[in-house]
Amino acid sequence: MIETRGLRKSFRSRQGRETKTVDAVRGVNLQVPAGEIFGFLGPNGAGKTTTLRMLATLIEPDGGEATIAGADLRKDPAEVRRRIGYVAQGGSTWDESTAREELVLHARMYGIGKADAHRRAVRALEAFQLTEYADRKCKTYSGGQRRRVEIALGIIHEPKIVFLDEPTTGLDPQSRAHMWDEIRRLRTEGMTVFITTHYLDEADALCDRIAIMDHGEVVAEGTPAELKREISGDVVLVGLDVASTPQAAELLDSEEYLNKLETVDEGGLRLYVDEGTTAIPQVLRRLDHAGLVMSSIELHRPSLDDVFLTKTGRSLRES
Amino acid sequence: MKFARDTWLIFQRQLQLLLRNPVWVFVGVFQPVMYLLLFAPLLKPALNAPTQAAAYKIFVPGLLVLLAIFGGLFQGFGLIAELRAGVIERSRVTPISRLALLLGRSLRDVVSLIVQAIIITLLALLFDLRVFIGDLLLAYLMLALIALMTSAVSYGVALKVKSEDALAPLMNTVAQPVLLLSGILLPLTFAPGWLQGVAEWNPFSWAVDGTRALFAGDLANDKVWQGLGIIAVLAAAGVFWAARQFARSVR
Repeated sequence: MIETRGLRKSFRSRQGRETKTVDAVRGVNLQVPAGEIFGFLGPNGAGKTTTLRMLATLIEPDGGEATIAGADLRKDPAEVRRRIGYVAQGGSTWDESTAREELVLHARMYGIGKADAHRRAVRALEAFQLTEYADRKCKTYSGGQRRRVEIALGIIHEPKIVFLDEPTTGLDPQSRAHMWDEIRRLRTEGMTVFITTHYLDEADALCDRIAIMDHGEVVAEGTPAELKREISGDVVLVGLDVASTPQAAELLDSEEYLNKLETVDEGGLRLYVDEGTTAIPQVLRRLDHAGLVMSSIELHRPSLDDVFLTKTGRSLRES
Repeated sequence: MKFARDTWLIFQRQLQLLLRNPVWVFVGVFQPVMYLLLFAPLLKPALNAPTQAAAYKIFVPGLLVLLAIFGGLFQGFGLIAELRAGVIERSRVTPISRLALLLGRSLRDVVSLIVQAIIITLLALLFDLRVFIGDLLLAYLMLALIALMTSAVSYGVALKVKSEDALAPLMNTVAQPVLLLSGILLPLTFAPGWLQGVAEWNPFSWAVDGTRALFAGDLANDKVWQGLGIIAVLAAAGVFWAARQFARSVR
C-alpha cells in the first residue's frame, strides 16, 4: 500500500550568519501492506513528521521515490491526495465553525457533491459519537472531541490510507483509550492506518507493525513481538536469601534453557532465557526438588524501550 | 470547471464566516467615515474648491482607494490565524486547486470592500456628491482590482512570514509611502516637481487619478484606462505570485 525507496529531506536553518543543513530524513525505505496499523516510533525530532508530511504531499522530498496506494508521489501528487487522508498533529479545525460545517466543507474539497457531503457528515458524526455536538462551534469542544472531529475529517472521503500524526498526544488516558478503539475501527473498515507516536505503550498495543526511527533513519522494523524477541529473550528474577543463592546458582547453571546466569548481591538470581513461560516451571521444579525456598519469582519481558536502547544506545524515555 | 467550483466553495465558506461576525465590515468602514465627517469639511477652503460637492468629488475617490489598499493589505492577519489553526494544511492535503484557495479568500475581500465602498458613497451623497452610475461602476471595478491585488499580496506575504509580529510592521512600511505618494488625501497637483516625479512610479497614484477622473464624469480621460490597465496587470501578477505561495510547502 505504501512503498518508499530512499526518501530524503534536509532543511536549511540559519543561526546568526551561519547556514546549517539539517538532514531531517536520510533515506527511508518502507513497505506497508494494506489493512494494517503501521506505527512510526521515535523521539521528537527523529524525522517522523517530516516523513509523514512528504508521504502526504505537503513537502517535496529532496530525493527518493514513493508509491502510495498505487500512485507515484513524485509524478502524480494530485492522485496521491485523492487516495489518502491526513490528520496533522497540531489540529485542523477552525474555532468559529461547527463540526458539521467542517466535515461538509472538507468532503467538498475532495470534489464530493453537496448532498453526498451532507450525508457523509451525518454518518461520520454518528460513527465518532459527535452528533450531540455537531452544530456547536469547535472552540467549545474538549480535546478528545476535537481530535475525533479531526480524524473524521481525515477519512470523510473514504481514503485507502490515513496518516495520523501523533493522534493521542495531549489526550487524557480515557480519551486515549477511546482513540485507540477508533483507530482499530478504521482498520476493521479496511483502511491502512499509518501513525506516528513517541509512546511505547501505544506502539506496542495498537500497531501491527512498527518502524523505529532515530536521527532521520529507520533503525528497526517489524511486529512489536518480533522486535522484542530479536534483542534478547526474557529475564527471570528469582528471589532467594543470600545463604541459599550459591547453591541455587550451582543447581541451575547447567540447565540447557539458560543463556546466562547472574547472581544478585542482595541474594537471588537473574536468569536470561529465550522463553520465560517455559523456563519458569522448570526453575520451580528444580529448586523445589532441592528443598530451596524462594521468596519471589518474576518474569521480565523486554519492552520496546529495550529495543530502542539496543538500536540507538539511548532510552526513548530519556530522549 | 473544477477551478470555478473550488473557488466558489472557498468563497462561500469565507463569506459565511465573515457574515457570522459582520461587525468587521463596519469596523473597517469606521475610519473612512471619520475622514468623511471630520476631515472632508476642511477641504473646500483648503482646495479652493467652488463648492463642497466639488471638494468631495476630489476627496471621496481618494478615500475609497485608501480603503481598498488598506482593507486588502491587512487581510493576511486572518490567514495567519488559519495557518496556526491548521486549516491551511488541512486544505493542502486535499486535491483542491491552490489558486482557488487564494482566489476564494481574495474575492471575499473584494465583496466586503465593495459593500464598504457603497456605504461611503451613500454617505457622500448626503453631502451633495453626484456621480453618473456608469462611471461609479467603473470606479468600483478599479477598487475591486486594487483590493484583489493588495489582499492577494497580503496573503502571499503572510504565508511567507507566518507571524503577525512580522506582518504588521511590514505592511505598515509598505502602506505608508504608497499612501503618501498616491495623492490620496490631497491631489499631487500641489506637489513640488520632484515629488510628482516619484509619484509617477507609484501605480496607486495612477489608480487614484483614474478614479478621480471617473468621479468627475471624465470617462474619456486617458487616466481611466491607464489606471485600470496598470492595476489589472498588477492584480494578475499578485494573484499569480500568492497562489504559488499556497502551492509551496507552508505549514
